[in-house]
Amino acid sequence: MAEKIRVHDPRGYPPKVVGKRLANRLQSLDGKVLYLIDCLFDNADVFMEQLRLWFAENMPSVETRIIRPRESWVDDPEMRAKVVADGDAAIIGVGL
Amino acid sequence: MGFALALEQDGVPTIPVSTHVFARLAKATALAAGMPTVRNVFVPQPVVGRTASELRAYIEGTDPILKQPFMKGVLEGLTQPLTEEDLKGATFERSTPRFLEPDTEENLRQLFIENHWTDYLPIILPTEERVEKMLKGTSVPGDKIVGRLRPTAYREFWEFDVEKVAVNAVMAGARPEYLPVILACSATGISARSSSTTSWATITVVNGPIRKEIGMNDGIGALGPYNLANSTIGRAYGLLSQNLQGGSVPGDTYMGSLGSNWAYTACFAEAEERSPWSPFHVDKGFKPTDSTVSVFFGGWYTQSGFGPRETWKDKFIRCLTATDHYSPPLIVMDPIVARAFVDLGFTKQSLIEWCAENAKLPAKNYWDDQWVTTLVRPLAIAGVEPFASRLKAAPDELISIFAPETINIVVTGGETQGAFKMISGRLIGHGPGTADQSGPIGLIDVWR
Repeated sequence: MAEKIRVHDPRGYPPKVVGKRLANRLQSLDGKVLYLIDCLFDNADVFMEQLRLWFAENMPSVETRIIRPRESWVDDPEMRAKVVADGDAAIIGVGL
Repeated sequence: MGFALALEQDGVPTIPVSTHVFARLAKATALAAGMPTVRNVFVPQPVVGRTASELRAYIEGTDPILKQPFMKGVLEGLTQPLTEEDLKGATFERSTPRFLEPDTEENLRQLFIENHWTDYLPIILPTEERVEKMLKGTSVPGDKIVGRLRPTAYREFWEFDVEKVAVNAVMAGARPEYLPVILACSATGISARSSSTTSWATITVVNGPIRKEIGMNDGIGALGPYNLANSTIGRAYGLLSQNLQGGSVPGDTYMGSLGSNWAYTACFAEAEERSPWSPFHVDKGFKPTDSTVSVFFGGWYTQSGFGPRETWKDKFIRCLTATDHYSPPLIVMDPIVARAFVDLGFTKQSLIEWCAENAKLPAKNYWDDQWVTTLVRPLAIAGVEPFASRLKAAPDELISIFAPETINIVVTGGETQGAFKMISGRLIGHGPGTADQSGPIGLIDVWR
């Protein structure tokens, strides 16, 4: 029978994950301000414009506003603050 | 995803839209953020290159992951009442033990492969004895925290200490005397295993006395597989990056479409003694007696040439303008080439400035680049120079594509040929998806 050996685990130390709750949902989107956040990935602007048009045609009671962060991949607190202050909901894309 | 999670915490119901190939990654990211029920919706890949009508069809079509109308997922995601799971999120702790359960060598090798802890080349198993021996390569205690790594900007940081770096150094086949260089690489906080779809790799350059002390190759085949230190330092940096950041698994923590052969190992030393110019690290403010490792984030392209011959200017311009403009060139030249440029009257800096001055493209070509569009254009719109001026140019106007400070030259090689390469390499600390903790140039001496 082959000898058993002990070796180190090569992985680093993961952080503790603390649960965070989702925001309360809306009862309806009627009359609400929906921000469409173009995350600046290539062609995301075209996608968001099509989404805006979809709402205009199918749910005109929803006020959509397209907004963009200052840079890709970097948090934009000013943009977020604007969405929080003036918006009721948001869709962000297309990317991760 | 980061914006969406932040907005949810700010009290704004938010729907992130991803393409379907990111489904596993999106789920893992949300879980690691403590918000596993985030209401992600998906469209088919790709979005890039699709027309407005094709993207409209995505919106009016079926979500390829949720298998329901895309807009149903959007609308219900914003209006369906929260469940108990939505309210509590996910709190959990993960731990990684110091040692694995004892097993046979064969079984442990299989375990490392199954857990994606290798680069699929044979490894040296990190036994207690081997790791102890490796730790003799540094005077820094094994339990000292070195830093944090993550595969991309929206993932959580994992922390690591000196011993964990030593474990991965053993796996790569490194010798204890290489450990300070490997620790310096890891301490930059730049991951050699970015999860970017663009397949970044890192290319590391070692300067200073340690090159000779550990026997690095800056001669024949300096960039190739001809030296234990060069090969194993680069490999160790890759292995430690994937294991200490929480993985580099295709579909989960790695999304590079093509991958990169530079990612197996890419580490070389500058031939300081045979270069006509000052060493690279001295140009960057270090003393000649300092030992440093410089981490270039790149590996997208490699241009190759010989000379400089009579038409070298044309050749250089072709190489420079054929680059991916988001990733400026690291110009690696044999000492023969460097000396020939000296004979032509160039200093290193004047050659860099010549390259920046002559690397020009019509504005329409510069801006028609996915990463320039995604990452540079927003800066241009915000008025950041020199990008703002580039954006104002007419479509056919020739514009400079690189600032001099983004182009770097390193001299190495065996003088069997007047060869040079232009290799994609950003020396700015971080690209998309990495963290710049202490800068892209690490002082090795603090890890001796």
